[in-house]
Amino acid sequence: MASLPPNFQQLKQDQLQPFLHDEISVPADLEGNVLITTVDKIYNWSRRSSMWPLLFGLACCAIEMIASAASRYDLSRFGMEVMRPSPRQSDLMIVSGTVTKKMVPAIVRIYNQMAEPRYVVSMGACATGGGPFKEGYNVVSGIDKYIPVDVYVPGCPPTPEALIYGLMKMHEKVDRQSVVSVPWYQKDSSQFVPVPRLGPDIFDPRQVELIKDTTLKAATGAAAANGAGTGGGAAAETRGPVELSAKAIARMEEAKRRWRAKQG
Amino acid sequence: MTEATAVMDAPAGELGLAPELADAVVDTWAEDTEKAYVVAPDRILEVLTHLRDGQGYDFLSNLTCVDYEGYGGKLRAGIDARLEVVYNLYSTRRGGGSIALHVRVPEDDTVPSATSVYPGANLQEREVYDLFGVKFDGHPNLRRILLWDGFHGHPMRKDWHEAYYEEDAKPFRSRHPKGEYEFHEDKVPWAKNTTYPAGWDPDSWQEAVAYVPVSQAPQHENEPHLDTESIVVNLGPHHPSTHGVFRMLTRVEGETILALEPEMGYLHRNHEKIGERNTWLMNMPFTDRLDYLNSMSNNWAYALAVEKLADIEVPERAEYLRVIMAEFSRIVNHAWSIGFILNDLGALQTPALYAIEEREMILDLFEAVSGARMMCNYMRFGGVVRDLPEGWHEQAAYLANERLPRALDELDRLLTENEILMARGRGVGYLSVEDLISLSVSGPMIRAGGLAYDIRKAEPYGIYDRFDFDIPTLPNSDIYDRYYIRLLEARESVRILQQALRDIPEGEILGGRGGYTLRAPEGQVYGRLEAPKGELGFYLASDGKTQPWRYHVRSPSYINLNALGPMSVGYKVADAIVILGAIDIVLGEVDR
Repeated sequence: MASLPPNFQQLKQDQLQPFLHDEISVPADLEGNVLITTVDKIYNWSRRSSMWPLLFGLACCAIEMIASAASRYDLSRFGMEVMRPSPRQSDLMIVSGTVTKKMVPAIVRIYNQMAEPRYVVSMGACATGGGPFKEGYNVVSGIDKYIPVDVYVPGCPPTPEALIYGLMKMHEKVDRQSVVSVPWYQKDSSQFVPVPRLGPDIFDPRQVELIKDTTLKAATGAAAANGAGTGGGAAAETRGPVELSAKAIARMEEAKRRWRAKQG
Repeated sequence: MTEATAVMDAPAGELGLAPELADAVVDTWAEDTEKAYVVAPDRILEVLTHLRDGQGYDFLSNLTCVDYEGYGGKLRAGIDARLEVVYNLYSTRRGGGSIALHVRVPEDDTVPSATSVYPGANLQEREVYDLFGVKFDGHPNLRRILLWDGFHGHPMRKDWHEAYYEEDAKPFRSRHPKGEYEFHEDKVPWAKNTTYPAGWDPDSWQEAVAYVPVSQAPQHENEPHLDTESIVVNLGPHHPSTHGVFRMLTRVEGETILALEPEMGYLHRNHEKIGERNTWLMNMPFTDRLDYLNSMSNNWAYALAVEKLADIEVPERAEYLRVIMAEFSRIVNHAWSIGFILNDLGALQTPALYAIEEREMILDLFEAVSGARMMCNYMRFGGVVRDLPEGWHEQAAYLANERLPRALDELDRLLTENEILMARGRGVGYLSVEDLISLSVSGPMIRAGGLAYDIRKAEPYGIYDRFDFDIPTLPNSDIYDRYYIRLLEARESVRILQQALRDIPEGEILGGRGGYTLRAPEGQVYGRLEAPKGELGFYLASDGKTQPWRYHVRSPSYINLNALGPMSVGYKVADAIVILGAIDIVLGEVDR
């Protein structure tokens, strides 16, 4: 204690002054040792200061994730260096890399195994929207097609700085949450995500009816059109003119409007 | 191999087929670029056996397939067979170039499996079956490998289109002519890039039964009264020890592994399908993402193959820059790999953190020269894209002359004599070098088994013949040697770097036009180099257009996994994890 400044008690009192409360009385022997704050603040502070990521790497971005945990970037400054291999013990899933159709059932299963509160950071272009591999037949164009994402980090791969910035945004998001409104304390708020299944192509159990409509209609259509060859060209059979959703129409209108504005 | 001695002593280079095999050859192909012999399907095993035993071609490097449906080139006029299986053979004892064999297969026909002659054909034939649908007669385990059982169709066929398919060739026409913006997602009712066969009913869909590795019956010679049961243990695809999304299916008895089957495809990103739609140059940044620890080597391998195909000259300074970048990335890779072998052994994180520290220094150099830490996209056909910025050379020379030798010495001092490393590593994961060669394993793995086979010496590319360096070998072919060989190789890389940084001349860095509008001549080529993980090759076929007709990556990580099962059997589960770590795989390259 020799290194304490001589006016230590006075400094401590001065710093505490703004936080002292008029109406809540503190016993005399604890005076100066008690801080009053809101539950949200202390709860969020503790959650974001030791947000343990899942030890989970998918592709190139995982290498940068490891680099950000290593000595130069040092994620432990944020209390995040403890990467847990078990989803049960981790708070944050960093989806670091390309999500493939073969892998996505495992990811969704891991996500379901994580305990609330849980967060997802989508790291890099692939996890966010398919990235350079978007057109690939085995690539899921964005993990947010299956599980909810809190923060997207752009880049291919994002530098460790970018990842850390994304994680700080994640912290900000945590700071804004309140125990009275967070979903995991609400009734019936279980966010179990149905695990996608591997069929002739991957399919989401939530979309079975939609898929069935289209494939069966395509079958009758193909039969009517004098059954073309069945080889290879599966895509042509199930695509074709699709009724656009209101959202899609709005999106196209917006794009058209912008183009006209640009033309003057 | 005595009867083959005469052939062995022949000068390196094109040997051609022995005269007694002349009647098995039905045709030749692509004389202008790289000649291939077209062999009758029923004679292929005989030809392969003769080449292996009689002519010393002991290394089946590359096995792939080309789909010529709709091929527009002149060379194949009048040929009906749609698919063509390609074999590239090399000799590890003699060095020198390859001999290429093709087998023409009509659709839905079978080819005899090469696994009986070259066991290393195992994974590659499974890949061809998966992506092209060519069936191999006599293959021990012909299942899908990159995709899952039940997947509809064989996606690398030219007439197989994915849900987001737009056009055959890039650059695409404008997606928003006059503001009529189109979104991929709007064309598919379920807003995902999936597609299903007509008439398929998801309600009644049954997933394929999970594959379980077979095994020999448990051996109880000493304790016949013991009755134990073997169980299947699944490691991965989400497992911290698998270096990514890789899965090992093991059958264990107690802790001893009876059988181990690698399962992959969890990072299959369709490089090849996308690559056949891209222009030649557009594939360059995709090669970065194959082995994402060594983007420079990947760039070079691809540039090397295209330069060979299109006959492009590379200026002197660019050759030096390529060597410098490739050797730096080799050090990055080996440092990383040493760190993570130790990680797998239980020395959690500390050696890896030391290794990553050096890696960061080298990544700074890469970032300064290319703009990106990992995905450098630095090389072009005919050179490199940017010259060195100011101060780069001094920093690189500091690293090569002072810092890296010191760091490698430090790793050596901390690790090599370490008792735990020796106890866990000595004699574990042994496989004789002959077996490794027959399993098509390349790179540090075979050099740790005593065979000094390094493409930089065996078939020099670039300007490697100008540098004074050795190929280190170690005799034992176990985990310990596989760790130590990487340290020794990193030292040799430092030697090459010192010479290259000393001798690098001034001058041009990019000959020609950088390949923006490259039209490679019609033909085929297989170009390869010694990547840090082994032989990285690109098989390219061109029909004279702006896109490759076939773009195949022969990736060392993938083919080295042939040896994982044979190496792990008989050891404990904990050893299998280190055995995998010592192969040094990167999943981006395994699954592509």
